[in-house]
Amino acid sequence: MVGLLVRRNVVFQLMSIEIMLNAAGLAFIVAGARWSQADGQVMFLFILAMAAAEVSVGLALVLLLYRTLHSLDSDRASSMKG
Amino acid sequence: MFDLLWLVPAIPFFGAAFLLLFGSRLPRAVAGFVGCASIGASAVIAGLIAAQYLSAPPPGNAYEQTLWTWISVDGFRPAIAFYLDALSLVMMAVVTFVGFLIHVYSTEYMAGDEGYSRYFGYMNLFVGSMLTLVLGNNLLLLFLGWEGVGLCSYLLIGFWYRDPANGYAARKAFIVTRVGDTAMTIGLFVLFYGLGTLDIQEMLRRADAQWPSGTALPVAAAALLLGGALGKSAQLPLQTWLPDAMAGPTPVSALIHAATMVTAGVYLIARTHNLFQLAPPVMLAVAVIGAATLIVAGLSALTQNDIKRTLAYSTISQIGYMFLALGVGAWGAAMFHFFTHAFFKALLFLAAGVVIEALHHEQNMFRMGGLRRELPIAFWVFLIGGSSLSGLPFVTAGFFSKDLIVWSTAASQYGSRALWAAAVAGVVLTSLYTFRLIFLVFFGPPQGHVVKRPGAAEQIPLYVLAALSISAGWIGGGFERLIGTALPALSALNPLPLTESASGIAAAAAFAAGLALAWLFYIHRREWAVAAAASGFQRALHQWWYADWGMDWLYDRLFVQPLLTIARINKSDLVDAFYRSLAWCGRLAWSALSATESGRVRWYATGIVTGAIVYMALVMFL
Amino acid sequence: MQFAFYIAGGVAVVATLLAITRLSAVHALLYLAVSLVAAGVVFYTLGAPFVAALELVVYAGAIMVLFVFVVMMLNLGSRATEAERALVTRGAWTGPLALAIVLLAEMAYLALRAKTGAHSGTMVEPKQVALALYGPYALGVELASMLLLAGLVAAYHLGWRRRSEMEKEDAVNTDRTRADSGRDPVHAGDGRLARTP
Repeated sequence: MVGLLVRRNVVFQLMSIEIMLNAAGLAFIVAGARWSQADGQVMFLFILAMAAAEVSVGLALVLLLYRTLHSLDSDRASSMKG
Repeated sequence: MFDLLWLVPAIPFFGAAFLLLFGSRLPRAVAGFVGCASIGASAVIAGLIAAQYLSAPPPGNAYEQTLWTWISVDGFRPAIAFYLDALSLVMMAVVTFVGFLIHVYSTEYMAGDEGYSRYFGYMNLFVGSMLTLVLGNNLLLLFLGWEGVGLCSYLLIGFWYRDPANGYAARKAFIVTRVGDTAMTIGLFVLFYGLGTLDIQEMLRRADAQWPSGTALPVAAAALLLGGALGKSAQLPLQTWLPDAMAGPTPVSALIHAATMVTAGVYLIARTHNLFQLAPPVMLAVAVIGAATLIVAGLSALTQNDIKRTLAYSTISQIGYMFLALGVGAWGAAMFHFFTHAFFKALLFLAAGVVIEALHHEQNMFRMGGLRRELPIAFWVFLIGGSSLSGLPFVTAGFFSKDLIVWSTAASQYGSRALWAAAVAGVVLTSLYTFRLIFLVFFGPPQGHVVKRPGAAEQIPLYVLAALSISAGWIGGGFERLIGTALPALSALNPLPLTESASGIAAAAAFAAGLALAWLFYIHRREWAVAAAASGFQRALHQWWYADWGMDWLYDRLFVQPLLTIARINKSDLVDAFYRSLAWCGRLAWSALSATESGRVRWYATGIVTGAIVYMALVMFL
Repeated sequence: MQFAFYIAGGVAVVATLLAITRLSAVHALLYLAVSLVAAGVVFYTLGAPFVAALELVVYAGAIMVLFVFVVMMLNLGSRATEAERALVTRGAWTGPLALAIVLLAEMAYLALRAKTGAHSGTMVEPKQVALALYGPYALGVELASMLLLAGLVAAYHLGWRRRSEMEKEDAVNTDRTRADSGRDPVHAGDGRLARTP
């Protein structure tokens, strides 16, 4: 989360999001292990699938962003300001 | 026949509605015909009703016709109802008949103007309102008519609205009478508070029963009603609007400001006479105001240049006579003078209209002259009307009515020598300014060039009114008996300080004196008139009387300027500042919120995180 | 087992911290991969071998690789690293750190308040997970597959450009304006303009 807020490079921001998703998945696994049920792992599976989809789309957008702005600074992408 | 009473005010209202809604699409002849026909129909019905009333009076000498209940709230139930007794019969007959004649005259006088149907619509509306005023059986309905005539007066004075001076005159009239109307409204409140009803006859009965004479409530109520009457009838101190109201068309001046609307105040006081009799201080005030006004207006009339303004001041002065009569308890005499005054004043105004038109809208008397050969009709009717106004003995109606008033001021219990002297002085002044006008306009070297002579539509009303100006006085005895059924007789002193014939001789002498002075100054030696006004003090006096005794100037200083100053101070509209501040807050919030939309991802993510923290804290601790 | 848990956890935390503070994207990704592997080990110690394997295969093996591919494709070079240094200042860290500390405090509070029993230590068999997936969570599985399909289509569409443009882009980005990778291995991918166009 800190990474998301601090870093301006979109690649780093995406990375930070992955870290966050991983952390959430970890919490699910722990919960599943606590009560010895499969549900935690199932949730983690879903999170994983979602993260994969999100990463692919996100990186495609990063590529597009780079092509239009010629920079990976997320602060530059502020044309929706105001 | 009596149950057709409601048609008398209703037909003019329908006529007005028709003309105001559709008039612009009608050809002039149709509009004029509708306008005259509606008043004509009213006049015919009024005549029939009058005939029946005189031949077979209804029980109690009064007839009441209720149409429907207007308001019904917790014991307050004014109705749309008409009350016919001798007083309202006289008023109704005069209003419809003179109104009809003036409408006929107007078809020719206003023929060249735009807004022809609008004119007749407003005139019909006026007649309808005036009839509501005189026929109404409760003060609320009377007040409705009162306001209606005020409105129509405004509309008609400012009829030629393209000239802003006319609009100014109309507004002045409306605002000054408004002051009176406000007093009257408060008077209505006092009456309702004290007596519990506004139905006139019922109210007067209760007032006689419950209120002792001279106590606070009747004095207050009567004084407030007097205030209303002063405004509408243009007496001191609210008379400043009437001379300026001459900016309207001449038939309007004839109808509204000579014969009918300005007499509404007289009618009000006569109608609520019981109330005034319970308030002797107010009666005295009425008499004193009447006397003062007639002198003041007479002196102002003496100095005017404009023919219509002279007649306007003359109207103020004559109504002063009526007020004087009311103030000394000569109710019948006041109504008789109203009756004759309506005829000769309307005649004078209409004839003045003929003169003005003939000289192509020249109104300055000093630029007229020698018209008695060019406009013989106007000359003779002016002579008849002017003689009636001044009170030429025996031949004219005005003599009988004015003489009666003059005698009443001496004979009445409430009269006094001073009032009698004022009345007689008024006769001198009246005669003087009237014949001054006649001599200036019709005698002497001709200065103007006559461009138009009156046609049939203008001549016939003039002839009828001239005949009435002579003959109306001869029914004096019958009139007294008729009015006596509605109004109390004069309570005379015993023994009489002055016989009627002695007073009559004094009045006739006064008339002759005025005539002689006028002849002297305006026919024999014109240059003496000029010389009289030339020296310093006399010129100052002349200017002062010319400017209506400085009252316009006074009101401007007292009321208008302070109000304008306050308006100027409040130009930035302090009260509105509150609402503008609301809008300003909205804009402030907008700029603050739009600053949060930076378009940057990290900023929004920060927002999400902060929200999550706050939410978790809430969940944990609450 | 406990020991492995703490070591793997520590490695994961340290690796993550390093990952977000690196200036070069590739370095950060490598640290991230280490973090993900450590997380897989943590999962195994918690008795979830199935997801441990999944983590390694999918997360570290596919998603990280995808990241690396894209970063390499962007071909930013040392110029980007310099720019990064300018952007990540000391002051920029204070706000987010404050927020993170507050969040951490809240979570710690919640965690400590919850009275949990001791860690059971039993393993959850892959068979159990499979039965759960095909049983109650079947709908979720189908939805996840649709999501992946959508992601596939989106990524394809967003990345697709006319071939001629791409070729032009590649040409522009590689040999003609930049230093030839073949001749100058040190400065390859620098983005420095070649002396001769």
